[in-house]
Amino acid sequence: MASTTAPAPRARARRAAGARHTLRLRASAAVLAALVLAVLLVPLLFPLDQQAVDLAGKLRPPSAAHPFGTDEVGRDLLLRCVYGLRVSLLVGVVAALTATVAGTAVGALAGALGGAADRTVMRLVDLFSSVPHLLLGIFIVAMFRPGVWPVILSVALTHWLSTARIVRAEVLSLRSRPYLDAALTGGASRWRITVRHLLPAVLPQAGLAAVLMVPHAIWHESALSFLGLGLPAHEASLGIMANAARSSLLAGDWWPTLFPGLFLIVPTLAVAGLAGAWRERLNPRRRSELTL
Amino acid sequence: MLELRDIIAGYDRRTPVLRGVSLTLAPGEAVGLLGPSGCGKSTLARVAALLHRPDAGTVVLDGTPARGWRHRAPRAQRTAFGVLFQQPRLSADPRLRLADLIAEPLRATGRPAEVASRLDELAPLVGLGGDLLTRRPHEVSDGQLQRACLARALVLRPRWLICDEMTAMLDASTTAALVAVVETYRRETGAGVLAVGHDRTLLHRWCDRTVHWTDLAPAPANPGAA
Repeated sequence: MASTTAPAPRARARRAAGARHTLRLRASAAVLAALVLAVLLVPLLFPLDQQAVDLAGKLRPPSAAHPFGTDEVGRDLLLRCVYGLRVSLLVGVVAALTATVAGTAVGALAGALGGAADRTVMRLVDLFSSVPHLLLGIFIVAMFRPGVWPVILSVALTHWLSTARIVRAEVLSLRSRPYLDAALTGGASRWRITVRHLLPAVLPQAGLAAVLMVPHAIWHESALSFLGLGLPAHEASLGIMANAARSSLLAGDWWPTLFPGLFLIVPTLAVAGLAGAWRERLNPRRRSELTL
Repeated sequence: MLELRDIIAGYDRRTPVLRGVSLTLAPGEAVGLLGPSGCGKSTLARVAALLHRPDAGTVVLDGTPARGWRHRAPRAQRTAFGVLFQQPRLSADPRLRLADLIAEPLRATGRPAEVASRLDELAPLVGLGGDLLTRRPHEVSDGQLQRACLARALVLRPRWLICDEMTAMLDASTTAALVAVVETYRRETGAGVLAVGHDRTLLHRWCDRTVHWTDLAPAPANPGAA
């Protein structure tokens, strides 16, 4: 008689978790790919005159002609949402990359040099951290004319601190490993040990920090624009659109608030989904269980 | 000649692990250093290999006093040593394939042209065959990894080999194989070997002389004093 063995509950739960994980990863990647394609292709196919208004068609609800409706000066909200997301993604990606490169360099330097250099750099990091970063960001953008690059500079300059801390902690934990002693005995210079052994070990953590920083930077751009400190007022930005929609929301016109809000929330969730999958891959206990 | 004179070293200046320890190693000589766990054998081995800066004392390498430790040691002095550590898992960069692990010192010292020939010599010598050289550390056993670490230690043809409990994690046959490789290298090149360990029998059979930890420390100046 053939006998069958029921799979252990733990193995079944592990497989279910793996399937959920794969589904989340694929859904996040698909949504993000669609949004990135949209922000790359739509401006080519549908150029937007940022200053053109149509007061006769203002605050029209969603329809076939305007799937997201129109705003308080009659501009198509779908097109402006896509243009706004383009700015948000540009700020998010460039600011996160800049902050990660700066944070990684500072953290690796502090960790690799150790001693007084480490103490000095980390006190500098503490000093920056002691100032609320939105306040510091506002101070930085206020020094420049409104535009994308001051916003990127503001976000990057206020967000390298956490990456520097993560990278320094990783480097410190690696410094006592015998394989670095073996590299020293093998004639490696301090530079080679940093580039060949230390940085490759910390890059996955730094990469994860960068991915997690992208949605944070997007929200920062929106917050600055919402406060009137980001992009010029006529340019499409999700923060500016959310600010402009406040008065119409009270009058019962929901669409100028809802769609820019969704364009902020959906990419945030998609990037967070990708980052979650990446974090799972970095976890050695889960690595062997994943079928990716 | 490798001379360690009156070494005082440790991890806290107020309570040094080594207090005035001296040891001399001649070229071609194998010295076994015995002692209990935590007595400072490994610290002494690290001082000898210029990996740990002593608080006081001198390390003289072929008549030249060492003036720097770790990165500050001249490359020629650092590469005079090949070091084997107790735990192969911790002494191998987990991202490097075994071939790259072995070749890393050649690349670090600007001799990439020698990589292929040295790998061809060393892989069979330490018993790494087949596809093992293309694997990463987590894909091989402790014994196979320690063989790769031995090949890495020998790749620059060091004049001194420091074996810090290199066989503690290994079975008897791998231990015998690795010791045989070290002995062949010593015989052929005249390198000096400092073997640190707990295994009295192994060190007695392997080394020309065996020193117990307590023989290295100076006798108390006035043992009768209260």
